[in-house]
Amino acid sequence: MRKIREFIIEKTLLSSALITVAVTVGIILVLAVEAFSFFREVSIFDFFTDTEWTPLFTKKHYGILPLLTGTLLTTFIAISVALPIGLSISIYLSEYAPRSFRKTIKPLLELLAAVPTVVYGFFALVVVTPFLQQFIPSLSGFNSLSAGIVMGIMIIPFVSSLSEDALFAVPKALREASYGMGATRLQTAFKVVVPAASSGIIVSIILAISRAIGETMIVAIAAGQQPRLTLDPTVPVETITAYIVQVSLGDVQHGSLEYKTIFAAGITLFALTFLLNTLSFQIRKKFRQKYD
Amino acid sequence: MESRFISEINGKKNYSNTMSDMMSEKTEDAKTEAPIAEKYKLQTKDVNVFYGDFQAIKDISMNIKPKSITAFIGPSGCGKSTFLRLFNRMNDYIEDFKMEGKIKIDDKNIYKDKIQLEQLRKEVGMVFQKPNPFPKSIFENVAYGLKIQGIKDKKLIADRVEKALVQADLWNEVKDNLSKSALTLSGGQQQRLCIARTLAVEPSIILMDEPTSALDPISTAKIEELIHHLKQYYTIIIVTHNMQQAARISDYTAFFYMGELIEFDKTKKIFTNPEKKRTENYITGRFG
Ligand SMILES: Nc1ncnc2c1ncn2[C@@H]1O[C@H](COP(=O)(O)OP(=O)(O)O)[C@@H](O)[C@H]1O
Ligand SMILES: [Mg+2]
Repeated sequence: MRKIREFIIEKTLLSSALITVAVTVGIILVLAVEAFSFFREVSIFDFFTDTEWTPLFTKKHYGILPLLTGTLLTTFIAISVALPIGLSISIYLSEYAPRSFRKTIKPLLELLAAVPTVVYGFFALVVVTPFLQQFIPSLSGFNSLSAGIVMGIMIIPFVSSLSEDALFAVPKALREASYGMGATRLQTAFKVVVPAASSGIIVSIILAISRAIGETMIVAIAAGQQPRLTLDPTVPVETITAYIVQVSLGDVQHGSLEYKTIFAAGITLFALTFLLNTLSFQIRKKFRQKYD
Repeated sequence: MESRFISEINGKKNYSNTMSDMMSEKTEDAKTEAPIAEKYKLQTKDVNVFYGDFQAIKDISMNIKPKSITAFIGPSGCGKSTFLRLFNRMNDYIEDFKMEGKIKIDDKNIYKDKIQLEQLRKEVGMVFQKPNPFPKSIFENVAYGLKIQGIKDKKLIADRVEKALVQADLWNEVKDNLSKSALTLSGGQQQRLCIARTLAVEPSIILMDEPTSALDPISTAKIEELIHHLKQYYTIIIVTHNMQQAARISDYTAFFYMGELIEFDKTKKIFTNPEKKRTENYITGRFG
């Protein structure tokens, strides 16, 4: 009886693992097949060099650059917000805060990532943008600035929580060595602890970037849906994710070239995040055994 | 048993029969007439330490002479580390740590608010039980203490790094690899690097908490010899689990038991003719 139960449990666990793998492979396969048929009609060269993206207009262009820039611009703004704040929080929590404070504040911070992103998007559109318009009158209603800032707030816990884990894991002996030579807490934090935890911190940043690149709702709501090749954060842009939403919700015909554009855009997005994940995996693997 | 320790002590004389050692013994004799205030490098008076409700140190008073080696011995958990770490205020980071009494270094109370922790620690260096080099280059490890003091002069830093590595008897082994990671060194080399790192700051007191307990016998012998040479310049206090080590390298020995200082005297006396029964039992291996 017991043996049968063990057997069933084991096989159930195994099949869940297999199903996960199968679904992932399936998604990649569909992406690849559809993207491949897209690239039979549009040259890869045009895809990467054309500066306009207008598949839904009569004069069609298929240059991914405007979407890519939109994605990278909003991500850049988000990281510019999340990195200094997230790192400061993690250094404060790990090097200064009393244990008990650290224990309560960490889960609270992680709540930031649990707020539905549609709420953030709405917040960016109706609170942050009007607020910023007081200082930047030329700021349009949709812009990458507010979307980026709010996205930055959302990903703070990705940076702070994982970085804090990395900082906290630095052996106490290294801190004592530093204090023992007359270093202040601040010197110890920045000259010993942060460098010793650098691989973990970098991994946390990469994960945050990954998250920002894939974020959809905030940018779709607050950054606008106008593919535009620009680095100006005050005008509307469109990200890859926002475009995919736009087309998926619209009424393009199944199998048409317009329809296939979402797979081309999708595979670009996938390549981007895959690259980042591989990078963080490599970094983690390389530095894993540093303290044993 | 006891005669073995005597021969250990005599053995020590064999390898330390240098000019400077003979001189330092002479100056010690001369100092017996010096006024009290100058005579002691470090003084503790009625020191109690608590971790929360637990009393780890009970009413210890002790005077330590300059340029001497003092060994702290006693069974595990008797408060040796706690007491040692009072001298550079390393216990201050423990949340429920509380200390009563007076500790003076060069006649200055180091637990008065006016004292600057950073300044104190430049004066009182520390070497830890497990070698703990920074994950940085060999050079950067030794230069660390100077750089945090804001010293920018490259030439000065390089000179002091070399001097410290020579003093720590590591220079010849690493001089061609200064930019290599300190973590590539062997355990014994890492510990000598940690000593060099401490020396570079030019303290006057060096605290060592079981500095050889993680090392093999050959590395241990090297470090013992090194400690013996450093005595000319520094006041050294060393915690050790190993009684032969205490007998070999120290001038004075303090025996701790359950947070109390049972006996503190010349090493020779402690190991040949201790006053207290408990000390004798411990050094003859009858308990602990
Ligand atoms: N951070 C701490 N919090 C509470 N108790 C401690 C702490 N550090 C040490 N102790 C206790 O104080 C006593 C002395 O410890 P320690 O000084 O490390 O002894 P030793 O170095 O002689 O082995 C032990 O009973 C130990 O459990
Ligand atoms: Mg100890």
